[in-house]
Amino acid sequence: MKRLLAILPLLAVVVLVQLLTSWSGTQFYLTQMTMAAYYSLLIIGLCVLMGYAGQISLGHAGFFAIGGYLSAALTTRSLVPFKEAALVRLLDGCGLLHAGRDLYGGELLVVTPWAAALFAVLVAALIAVVIGIPVLKLKGHYLAMATLGFGIIIYRLVLATPWLGEADGISGVPPFVLFFGVTVSGESSVRILNYYLAWGILLSGLILLINLMQSRIGRALRAIHGSEEAADAMGVNIARFKLQTFVLSAVFAAIAGVLLTHYNGGIGPSEAGVMKSVRYVAIVAVGGMAHLWGAMFMGVLLNFLSLRGVFGSYDDAVFGLILIVIMLFAPEGILGLIAGRKKPAATVPTVEQDGEV
Amino acid sequence: MTTELFVQYLFAGITYGSIYAIVAIGFNIIYNTTGIINFAQGEFVMLGGMIAISLLSFLPLPAAIALAVLLTMVIGALIEIIFIRWLENPSVLRMIIITIGLSILTREAAVHIWGENIRALPYFVGNEITTIGIMGARISPQVLWVVGVCGVMVVVLHLFFRATSVGREMRACAANRLATVLCGINPRNMVTFSFVLSAGMGALAGCVMSPITYTQYDMGTGLAIKGFTVAILGGLGHSGGAVAAGLLLGVIEAFSVSVVPLAFQDAIAITILLLILFVRPHGIFGSGEAARLKAF
Amino acid sequence: MKGIVSMVMMGLAALVLMVTPAAGAKSIKVGAILAVTGPMSFLGGPEARTLQMLVAETNAKGGINGRPVELILKDSMGNPEKAVSFAKQLIEEDKVVAIIGPSSSGETMQIKKIAEDGRTPLLSCAAAEVIVDPVASFVFKTPQKDSDAVKMIFEEMNAQGLANVAILVDNTGFGKAGQEQLVKIAPEFNIKIVENEVYDKAANDLSAVVAKVKANKDVQAVVNWSVVPAQSIVAKNIRQMGWDVPIFQSHGFGNIRFVEAAGAAAEGIIFPASRLLIAADLPYGHPQKELLLKYKKDYEEKYKENVSAFGGYAYDAFIIFEAAVKKAGSTDREKVRDAIEQLKNLPSATGIFSFSERDHNGLTKDAFQMLTVKDRKFVAYPPL
Repeated sequence: MKRLLAILPLLAVVVLVQLLTSWSGTQFYLTQMTMAAYYSLLIIGLCVLMGYAGQISLGHAGFFAIGGYLSAALTTRSLVPFKEAALVRLLDGCGLLHAGRDLYGGELLVVTPWAAALFAVLVAALIAVVIGIPVLKLKGHYLAMATLGFGIIIYRLVLATPWLGEADGISGVPPFVLFFGVTVSGESSVRILNYYLAWGILLSGLILLINLMQSRIGRALRAIHGSEEAADAMGVNIARFKLQTFVLSAVFAAIAGVLLTHYNGGIGPSEAGVMKSVRYVAIVAVGGMAHLWGAMFMGVLLNFLSLRGVFGSYDDAVFGLILIVIMLFAPEGILGLIAGRKKPAATVPTVEQDGEV
Repeated sequence: MTTELFVQYLFAGITYGSIYAIVAIGFNIIYNTTGIINFAQGEFVMLGGMIAISLLSFLPLPAAIALAVLLTMVIGALIEIIFIRWLENPSVLRMIIITIGLSILTREAAVHIWGENIRALPYFVGNEITTIGIMGARISPQVLWVVGVCGVMVVVLHLFFRATSVGREMRACAANRLATVLCGINPRNMVTFSFVLSAGMGALAGCVMSPITYTQYDMGTGLAIKGFTVAILGGLGHSGGAVAAGLLLGVIEAFSVSVVPLAFQDAIAITILLLILFVRPHGIFGSGEAARLKAF
Repeated sequence: MKGIVSMVMMGLAALVLMVTPAAGAKSIKVGAILAVTGPMSFLGGPEARTLQMLVAETNAKGGINGRPVELILKDSMGNPEKAVSFAKQLIEEDKVVAIIGPSSSGETMQIKKIAEDGRTPLLSCAAAEVIVDPVASFVFKTPQKDSDAVKMIFEEMNAQGLANVAILVDNTGFGKAGQEQLVKIAPEFNIKIVENEVYDKAANDLSAVVAKVKANKDVQAVVNWSVVPAQSIVAKNIRQMGWDVPIFQSHGFGNIRFVEAAGAAAEGIIFPASRLLIAADLPYGHPQKELLLKYKKDYEEKYKENVSAFGGYAYDAFIIFEAAVKKAGSTDREKVRDAIEQLKNLPSATGIFSFSERDHNGLTKDAFQMLTVKDRKFVAYPPL
């Protein structure tokens, strides 16, 4: 409970930022704050996988892309040619389809955002289970290669599939009406609402993960991270806990993908690229492997600055430099360096201590 | 399929395969002495090509290549000394991230030094349209240069590890670091030397392949991924395996063109790798026992 | 935990402190979203350099309507999500009069709606026809129409009696758009597409796919539609196999670097492109000749590299912007947009632009000139 109270000051900051920007007429900062919040949702999920379960994933952009691309394709690609197919009729009967007019005034029949989003997240979770079972048996470089390979496969599929827009990606994704009056959309009229929505979701995710790490699962993960053999001897089902964490982080990534895609009104293949996955891993590393707070803070900060183009053409270079400097001099992350000494995190074995990924 | 087409595919595959194998061997040299994967390996290939092209304005081709290889070796040594040598027992994850960071930095430095334009060394023999006929198929003589140089490098490397004292010391370092120290060998110097060696190999490969593939600032990442795939497929640290796996992957890629759209080529290569990893987590040619003994 | 919270608070507070409303400046602001670095940098690089040069030149001459121009250049690295963020930033925050770019069609399509909603003219440097078809009131593009390039190529094929073609395209948005047009228009010219392959933009060697295409004995000509360096590899691999098939390429070949890369294999390649590439050979009195020669000379002196058709697309965008602001006599976005639609017979690097309510590209097939490569240089085909 005490940990949850720590959310309150952050909540106050979130409100304060909104009030200050509105007061000074600079609400436009909220656009990038919203986008950064969605990326950070993926990052805290990855942080649990890397920092607590000790499994590296160089393919998390893949899960983000599965979420984003599926919901984008389902809500934009017309089903009119398949109108008579049994499946389409069934979906229509369940009220999951939405008829409308496209840019040319033609008939349009697409899946509703809610159904598409649920489907996209479900698919991401299923793929995480199927991939996770064999992949999580691997260790070290083999695990890195396998997850990297998964990411590349998704990237290649996205780039080669006409239904997913190939190199152009998908644009014209409609707003996502969550419930009456609350819409995920990039339009400036609903900017403040979307800012609170994104941060509300991010903070809920954070609370969920913090609680989870305090529960049986968190203790089991720490035991596994400390020593798999010892945990195994104590009767901890290692494979199951690792898999659960993997699926959880994939779901976080997919939700982030769905929401950001509706917010931006589109998605492109760069969201599935290897560089993105590397970026996410790096942000977690910079924030501190087993520091959910640190990962979230760095996720918001670095994404915010990058999305505003602060680094110009040196975006990747600045990023590579931060990465190297932090890993060389503060392998526990920038916040680990400052706050790590007095934190209970000392009891959480970080990746560096046992040399195991 | 006609013989002509078969031979044509085969040579295409061998060309890709030799390049992958050389990058994979670069991974293996460093892996064997340090237990780390240097994700900046592809950048050595790019640097070799870029430096040679720049030197070509002042020097004849062979001298430019020799100097480029030498300079890349110096860069390799500097990278090891500045970023890696002084770390105490770095974890696998930390090293993965540091070398990825190095790769990004090198690439970004390259784009700001050399620009985004493509460059290439001239063909060693003839020009872009010179061909030689082999069993009805026609290939560029540069392909023979690539395959030949890669072959020679593998043989020389093998002899070096078997017959020279430095090579034997490096192998000792790979087998048991503590025992090596007890024998009076400084493993740190061996690690530096392994970076120098793999930088040199990468740079030479980068020069030989430049006329075929061109040299671009961002070519390193793609090569590193392929090289890493091949290194894993062949069993980490297993150079013979890397050659076999590289050629195998290259030939599969070349022949796959006839059955699947080119766009899915990479996805297929990697799916094969994943399937193999799930069945044999230590690669096709790697020994399972050795994989378990290595500290991950 | 307290430490972290205070860190977070300090960080966010610092962000808010940075917030200072922009002072009303006298300059005319023009935004640009270009892929200056990243995988599409051979498009964005020359585009950005051209804009910087033009803005400096314009300001040296006293600006537009007596006001200096301020270029706000954003490097999207070819990432649509960055383009989206930058577009919103430029429109709402920097309050630019117009946006030049993005470099790729994917990015342009992603920010099309943002420009519409923000009622800000967008002058895209990407080729795909979907950008201006259907017409969106604030979205324009400067490169020639893909369909016109396809028609020029097919006309030439008809003249040479070539009917069965293989098409090889790259997997960028440019290649994709070209492939669509090639397949769509082929029947009009009685041309049959017998092979259709897509290659990766980062390919190292394409001899396998070329071997496959060569093995099809029906192929009489190859169309290699691409904007990436890999197109030179295709040309090389074709010739290395001793295959003397006629090669046609797209306006994406309009960079002398690609010719240098393909070397002897580039000889005889036929492709439609901007007249910028053969400025010196144009007859005297051609409306574009003078400005093309000046652009070429200025750019090559300043940046020590050859001009490319891509830089030309940004040149057009700026010339159009400048002309529209002058014509409107205002920097009001709506008025500038209306002024663009009224521009007629405006000579620029790519062609002579005449916009209308229904035509937001402003170019006809005449903006293309068939070129070929002779002795490593672009020359008109047939010779002027």
